[in-house]
Amino acid sequence: MADTGVAPEVARRHWEKTKALMWVILLIWFIFSFVIHFFVGALNEIVVFGFPLGWYFAAQGSLIVFVILCFWFAHRQNRIDEECGVAED
Amino acid sequence: MAMKGDFTQNLGRVYGIYTGGFLAFVILLAVLEQIGLPDRVIGYLFVFFTIAVYAGIGYISRTMQVSEYYVAGRRVPAFYNGMATAADWMSAASFIAMAGGIYNAGYSYLAFVVGWTGGYVLVAVLIAPYLRKFGAYTVPDFLGARYGGNVARLIGIVVLFCCSFTYLLGQISGTGEIASRFLGMPFEVAVYVGLLGILVCSMLGGMRAVTWTQVAQYIVLIVAYLVPVVILSAQRTGVPLPQIMYGQVLQQVQELEQTKPALEGVKPFMQTPQNFTEAFNFFALVVCLMIGTASLPHVLMRFFTTPSVREARKSVGWSLLFIFLLYFTAPAYASFAKLEVYQNVLGSSVASIGDVEALLAGNSWIRSFGDLGRVSICGATGDALNGVALTAQMIFDACQAAGVNELNHTAFAIQTDVVVIATPEIAGLPYVIAGLVAAGGLAAALSTADGLLLAIANALSHDIYYRMIDPHATTRRRLVVARVLLIVVAVLGATAVAFLSLGNILALVSYAFSLAAAGLFPALVMGVWWRRTTAAGAIWGMISGFAVTVAYLVYTHPGIGFGAEPIFGISNISCGIFGLPVGFLVTWLVSLATPAPSQEMQDFIQALRIPRGEALMDRGAEAAH
Repeated sequence: MADTGVAPEVARRHWEKTKALMWVILLIWFIFSFVIHFFVGALNEIVVFGFPLGWYFAAQGSLIVFVILCFWFAHRQNRIDEECGVAED
Repeated sequence: MAMKGDFTQNLGRVYGIYTGGFLAFVILLAVLEQIGLPDRVIGYLFVFFTIAVYAGIGYISRTMQVSEYYVAGRRVPAFYNGMATAADWMSAASFIAMAGGIYNAGYSYLAFVVGWTGGYVLVAVLIAPYLRKFGAYTVPDFLGARYGGNVARLIGIVVLFCCSFTYLLGQISGTGEIASRFLGMPFEVAVYVGLLGILVCSMLGGMRAVTWTQVAQYIVLIVAYLVPVVILSAQRTGVPLPQIMYGQVLQQVQELEQTKPALEGVKPFMQTPQNFTEAFNFFALVVCLMIGTASLPHVLMRFFTTPSVREARKSVGWSLLFIFLLYFTAPAYASFAKLEVYQNVLGSSVASIGDVEALLAGNSWIRSFGDLGRVSICGATGDALNGVALTAQMIFDACQAAGVNELNHTAFAIQTDVVVIATPEIAGLPYVIAGLVAAGGLAAALSTADGLLLAIANALSHDIYYRMIDPHATTRRRLVVARVLLIVVAVLGATAVAFLSLGNILALVSYAFSLAAAGLFPALVMGVWWRRTTAAGAIWGMISGFAVTVAYLVYTHPGIGFGAEPIFGISNISCGIFGLPVGFLVTWLVSLATPAPSQEMQDFIQALRIPRGEALMDRGAEAAH
C-alpha cells in the first residue's frame, strides 16, 4: 500500500481543521441559501437603490456571497494544507 | 503563427486574439449590414463562422492518448477550467429561458438563480477536490473504487445515464431550434445539423477538444448575453450597468402595477410566497437544484482536468464567477422587458383596426415574434410552420370576440424565450445584434450538449467497456470504442428528438437535477466524509434514493405516470426532496449494519483526504479486488 508519507497524527490534525472549515463554509452557505430568503417579506420593506432587499438577495446578494465563499474556501483550505505540510509540491 | 512554448503556456494570447477576432467579425458584419447585406445572410454567417471555429479547435485538439481524451491531460489551469465549466453548465435553458421564466413567474423563479449558483459551494467544499485527488476519469469510476467494484459502478452508470440523457435531449432540441429559426430549415433537419456541430467539437479530441472549444464558446455566449441588455440599459437609464440600474426599473414596475388600470388584478412581479406550500416549494426547489449541481457528472468531471487538487478548488471559484456574470444579469433582462410591456404595450387601445396598427407600428417586436407564434394578443397569434403571419385584422377580430377594447394583462402573453431574443429589437438595435444573440444561444446549447455527451459516452467506454468487459484492451482500441459510442449516443439522442414528440423538454431537464441529487449525492459525499460508509450501504442508498425519486415522478407526472395529486403540494420539479433523505438514511443504516470497510479501504480514504501524493485511481481498483 503506497502511503502518502504523512504521519497519522498530522493527517488527523489536518482533517480536524478541514472539517472545521467545512462546517463554517456550510453554515454561511446555509444562511444565504435559505435563512435569508425566509425573511424576504421583512427585508423587502428596506429599499436600497430601488431594490427591495429581499428580492436583491435572491437575485444578486446571495450569489455574490457564494462567489466570495468559493474563493475564500480555496484560499483557507490551501493554507491549512500548507500549514500541515500536506500540500502538493 | 509561431509560438514559444506549448499551447497551455500561450492560452492568454490565443484566447485574447480569438476574442479580438470575434469582436472584429461582429463589427465587420455590422458594417456589411449597413451597406445592405440581407438579415438572412448575416444569420448564416454567424452560425457557420462560429461552428467552423469550434470545429477547427476540435480538429487541432485531436488526440490518441487516453488521459488526453478523458481528462485533457490534466493540464487545464483553474481560470480556463472555470470558463469551460461555465459554458458546460449554462445551457440553452440558462441563456434563453431563464430571463423569460423570471419575467413570467417573478420572485418564485429566483429559486433557479439561487439554486443553480449555490450548488457550487457544495462542489468546492464537499466533492470536487477529493474526486480530483482520486484521479478519476469518470464519476462511476470513483464509485467503483470506493465501493468495491462493479455493482456500485453499474448503478452509478444507470443514474448517470438517466439524468444526463434527458438533459442531452433538451440541448439537442435547443440547438435544433436555434438552427431552424436562424437558418430557416425544418426542425428535423436542423437537429442533425446541430448534431454535426456537437460532434465536430468532441469526437477527435474528447475532453481535450471539448475543454478548449468550451472556453471559446463561453466567450461568445457571455458577450452575446451582455451586449443587448447593456445597450438597453444605457438607452433607458443613461448608465450601461443593467444589473445595478434595474433597481429603478423595479420601482417603476411596482408603481405601474398599483396605478395602471390595465394591470388591475395582476400578480405582482415581486410577489413572495403567500403560504406555507409556496414557501416550501421554493426552498425544496433550491435544495434539489443545489444538490443536483453537486452531483451531475458532466459538471464534476470538469474538475478532473486541473493540474492539481489546489487548482481544482480555485477553479470552482472561477467557474462560479463566470456563471454569476450571466445569472445576475438575467433578472435585469426580465425587469427591463416587464417595464417595456407594462409601459408601452398594456393599456393600448385595440378598439379599432387603426389602433391595433398603431400598436404594432410602435412595437415592431410584437409583430416579429407574433409571426412566430411566440407572442399572442387576445389569443391571436401567427404560425410560422404554416406561413400564417400575425396581422392587425386577426388581433382586432380576436379582441372584439373577447370583448377587449383596451389591452390588459390577461390579453397579452409572451413565451419565455422571447425576452432575451427580442431585447435587441426592443432596443432598436441592428440585426447584427440579433445574430450575435443567436450565436450565443447556440454556443450555450452546443457546449452543454458536448459535456453531457462526453459524460455519457465516457461512462460507457471507460466504465463498462474497459473496466467491466475488456480490462486488457489496447489504448488504440479503447479510444476507438470511446468514439464509436460517442457517435452512437449522439445519433440516438438526435433521433429521439427529431422523431419523438417529447413535449416540454425543459421540464424534463429539471428532473435531471433531482435524479442526480437523490441517486448520487449521498454516496459521493459520505464516501469521502464518513469512513464507515460501506459498499452495501452506498449501493442500497443509491438504489433507494433514486427509486423513491423516480416513484414520485411517475406518481405525479401526467405524461409519463399517473398524474396523481402531489403529496403535501410539493411540485414534482423538486421530486428529489423525497429521495435525498431516504438515500442518506439508507446509506447510514445499512453501513452500520454491515462490517466496517477493510483496513485497505480505510487507508484509501485517508489518502483521498490528503492532497499530497499521486493520483489514486489504480490503487483503488486494486483495493477493491
